Amino acid sequence: MQVPLSWLRDYVDIDIPVEALAERLTLAGLEVGAITYLGIPQGHVPGIRWPKSDHLVWDRDKIVLGAIREVKPHPDADRLVIAMVDYGGTELEATVTGAPNLFEYRGKGPLDRPLWSPFAKEGAEVWDGHSDEPKRMILKEKKLRGIPNRCMVCSEKELGLADSHEGILLLEHSAAYVPGTPLQDVLGDVVLTVELTPNLARCFSILGVAREVAALLDKPLRLPSFEVLMEGAGIAGEVAIDIREADLNPRFTLTLLRGVTIRPSPQWLQRRLQSVGQRPINNVVDVTNYITFEIGQPLHAFDFDKLKARVGGAMPTIITRLAQAGERLHTLDEVERELDAHNILVCDTQGILSLGGVIGGAETEISDSTQNVLLEAASWNFINIRRTMQSQKVFTDAGTRFSRGVHPSQALLGVRRGIELMRQSGGGQVAQGVLDVYPRPAPQVNVDLPIREVHRLLGMELDVMTIANLLMRLGFGVTVQDNLLHVRVPDYRMDISADPIIGQADLIEEIARIYGYDRIPDTIMADAMPPQWNNTALEREERARDVLVSLGLRENISYRLTTPEREALLLPMPAAAPEYVTLANPLTPDRAVLRRTLLVNLLENALANTRHSARQMIFEIGSVYLKRADSPLPDEPRRLSVLLSGERQTADWTGQAVAGTLDFFDLKGMVDGLLDGLHIKGATYERSSHPSLHPGRAANVLLKGAALGDFGELHPIVTGRFELAGAPVLVAEFDLEALLGAMEPNYGTNPLPTTPPVLQDVALVVKEDTTAAAVEAVIVKAGGNLLKAVRLFDVYRGEPIPAGHKSLAYNLVYQADDRTLTDTEVAKVHQKIVKTCERELSATLRA
Amino acid sequence: MLEQLEQIYQEAQVSLAAAASSEALHEWESRTIGKKGAVTLLLRSTGQLPKEERAAFGKRANEVKELLDAAFAERETQIKEIELIRSLESGQVDITLPGRAHPVGGLHPSTQTLRELYHIWADMGFQVFRSRDVEDDDTNFTLLNIPEHHPARDMWDTFYTTTPGVILRTHTSPGQIRAMRELGENGTQPIRVILPGMCYRYEQITSRSEMQFHQLEGLVIGRNIRMSDLKGTITAFARRMFGAKAAVRFRASYFPFTEPSMEIDVECFLCGGQGCKVCKYAGWLEISGAGMVHPTVLRNGGYDPSVWSGFAFGMGPERMTMLKHRISDIRYFWGNDLRFLEQF
Repeated sequence: MQVPLSWLRDYVDIDIPVEALAERLTLAGLEVGAITYLGIPQGHVPGIRWPKSDHLVWDRDKIVLGAIREVKPHPDADRLVIAMVDYGGTELEATVTGAPNLFEYRGKGPLDRPLWSPFAKEGAEVWDGHSDEPKRMILKEKKLRGIPNRCMVCSEKELGLADSHEGILLLEHSAAYVPGTPLQDVLGDVVLTVELTPNLARCFSILGVAREVAALLDKPLRLPSFEVLMEGAGIAGEVAIDIREADLNPRFTLTLLRGVTIRPSPQWLQRRLQSVGQRPINNVVDVTNYITFEIGQPLHAFDFDKLKARVGGAMPTIITRLAQAGERLHTLDEVERELDAHNILVCDTQGILSLGGVIGGAETEISDSTQNVLLEAASWNFINIRRTMQSQKVFTDAGTRFSRGVHPSQALLGVRRGIELMRQSGGGQVAQGVLDVYPRPAPQVNVDLPIREVHRLLGMELDVMTIANLLMRLGFGVTVQDNLLHVRVPDYRMDISADPIIGQADLIEEIARIYGYDRIPDTIMADAMPPQWNNTALEREERARDVLVSLGLRENISYRLTTPEREALLLPMPAAAPEYVTLANPLTPDRAVLRRTLLVNLLENALANTRHSARQMIFEIGSVYLKRADSPLPDEPRRLSVLLSGERQTADWTGQAVAGTLDFFDLKGMVDGLLDGLHIKGATYERSSHPSLHPGRAANVLLKGAALGDFGELHPIVTGRFELAGAPVLVAEFDLEALLGAMEPNYGTNPLPTTPPVLQDVALVVKEDTTAAAVEAVIVKAGGNLLKAVRLFDVYRGEPIPAGHKSLAYNLVYQADDRTLTDTEVAKVHQKIVKTCERELSATLRA
Repeated sequence: MLEQLEQIYQEAQVSLAAAASSEALHEWESRTIGKKGAVTLLLRSTGQLPKEERAAFGKRANEVKELLDAAFAERETQIKEIELIRSLESGQVDITLPGRAHPVGGLHPSTQTLRELYHIWADMGFQVFRSRDVEDDDTNFTLLNIPEHHPARDMWDTFYTTTPGVILRTHTSPGQIRAMRELGENGTQPIRVILPGMCYRYEQITSRSEMQFHQLEGLVIGRNIRMSDLKGTITAFARRMFGAKAAVRFRASYFPFTEPSMEIDVECFLCGGQGCKVCKYAGWLEISGAGMVHPTVLRNGGYDPSVWSGFAFGMGPERMTMLKHRISDIRYFWGNDLRFLEQF
């Protein structure tokens, strides 16, 4: 909300620099997002930093209040006049200007009453009024159609007040004006942009902010006048009110002004509306907006004659009720609306007049010919107004305030002050009395606050009178009884709960806020430390990350939202789509459902990186989301996925890089490394039928028969779809819980051998379909205790090995724990291995 | 034979001095004092001499052998030294040539920051409690004192799912309710946890805002937890995270689930509070929202708010990472561009 300091000062004296005030407000929860200076220089307060402002500062000597005493014609130009300006000097300054709003005074001789205008002298810096781009200029003497000119009467644009350059700014006459007064002292102002959190409904007005300022600075608050001069015939019998939904519309008030003249508002009011970003319209509509911004109570003005005409001149009845199915309303913003059943409406017996508290209907609005104004100030249920604003997608200043909460007490204040301001600017007579229907009076909220509660929650001892004073500064009524405060909550504080405990917390926050959070001490928790425990799942997960990083992999974290179509790319053959957790309101179509796999993320990440990186070695650990039939909330199991693709080693100048692209066995080595790093023993690999994987290059990792995950080369069809077809893509996906659950935290270790090993090689020729794992299993079984290690070092096919066969060559390590083996012992075991392989695998020893 | 010995001795001395390499030296050794060397052979043939000559010849031959042995050892040392110097000279490489690249793995920057946060909070007795991403509306909002249609809901732009009442969590705060209900044993046990997790907001993705981001929430429940404890705890945290001299500022603010509520700023550690682009010339960086747990939330967690109290805080690991490493675009985090990841 925009808060002009000049307006704020109507209600509270401010004796600190505006930058310090902004800091105080920010620390008290009314965050000042920006300070906008109009004409006056930025102040500097030690210890407070604000971004440097580059606004135009009106030089106190060179930009002053000017009094135009006479407007003379320009001898050589019809479109120019010569303003004779009194700027407090000894002579009048002849100033050439093309301002059209001076033409009517041309040649009229000395004026009875001067025209007041901002006056800039030679050397003054102003904005260039003729430039489309913001551009500053320094006034210099030059001839305008033959007449030398060195000064200027200014437009709003030239002063940086507004964009208007239609004519010069003419100020309404004031007897207090003195020519030559620095313009800073007349029009200079500062506007604070205050960001209001939802609990600060009470601050949605200048008066509301003033109340906070008064409390923070410990100054009295000056309320505006709510007196009305009521001289006309009574309102009774002119109009009736019929509230049908008292819970949604607890109060409805009306006043009537007869014989008003619609005209522009007085300049001070227009200026104030402009300062809060409102466009002045006419003196009646402007007052409704002014009261909205001044005290926070939105008003609505009806053309009373139009209301009467709808009922053939009879007495209108204002009805508030819920909308019915199919009802429509054409609102002031030129939208034809189909109403929802929860919308509360202001109607008469003939139909709908407005969307209650949010926006008026077009039919009964104020026009230039309006003579009699019926002014409405009502109170609405804030939850319902918010629903209406959201369902109708209409956001107005009135609706914004009502949707945060405006107390019913404000309606009476608003309708009184509003009608009086209309009378003052538009004339006419206010009908006696306020029509006030208030079926749901708001209860008075009182809270008892023992000061020990303040101490308990803030951790600071404040004496009872200090606490009472802090609350009273905010307008709370306080009676002190020993160490107990009886607090009477003022009506505008709708945020203070009637629940005794919550009400206490609400008040304690106010005490802390006004006292200053910075004055509350810093302490160390004195409470007993809760029982400490380990998050084993997280610790193991982090261990898995460390192992993967040690294997050279980069961690990815991806969007968890994707599309079913993208995940379907993982299946070479079309298949029925699984059920997804689907967004009702996706931000973009490509982030519509929660993922069921991490593989698409990794593939997309790899694809994006292939443009600049020759090797992809990445992993991600994170949740996938699986819908459940028996619960509205999905399962969120975690997965660990790895992707490898590209060059095994980037070529370098040494020419010694291991050639080739990453393949199945690189990934298998990583998987082995992961299992080793996690101390998972005894995992076995079986052929996997994972549909996304190459059927001949895919493995399933099993531990005691239970699956931990799959890995292998991506199916070429799938690889092609992700445009990664240049090299094989190796992927793994593990069930993280199963994987980490298999970790043995107290894994055992082996003593270091003290005896020398005996190394022997063996090459066995086996049939092509005999797996390496089967050969190794036989070797290990036959080798017994003395065989310490088996390492495959060669696989060979071709001459002289018969077709359909292959040769597997192994290094075998023999070692006994307690003695040095003799050649005879080794030969015996080695022979046994060979014989067993011959017998069980039909293997032959390669010659 | 004696003359022969002396002659060999003379020649051997000359040729030893001429031996300039290990090879030449060893060739000299085998030719002169080796098993079949001339001196050795002469020495062995002492027996063929007449008895009266044997003693004198033997003495002299042994003398010559010892002298040559010693000369050999000295020469060998010299040559090894020369050869070492020569080999060091010829073994020079251009040390400015690039090193051989090894694949280097690395953790995502968000993980690195999360670990730093886990570590600091663990030292203060906070355990990690994780809860689900897909939440019900009640736990994400209503139980946190944010009733349906309440204007406070405007503070979060929510992703709804097609299942009524099921949403993507907009913050980690629903974890507060879950932690209180799981760990509190019906409001009888104190709690000290941090709740990290991914959150989701229906927000246009720009360089400054993301639809998905981590949060790390903290929750303390006890019988005597005060706002001064919140201030002391956060200040202690900030000094570890941002430096021992970090100044911290507490501003009143609003969250429906805490009261009093506050925003916490740390003095800009990049400019020392003097004002720079990162802190937008304000000297302060917003690092956390916090407050005393609202009585309604305590009740919904099973605690009696007249006996129990607590505080909660929330912080953004990505935001902290961005501040620390001057990252200008939050979209880098889930983009997973290796050129970004490799910088951490």
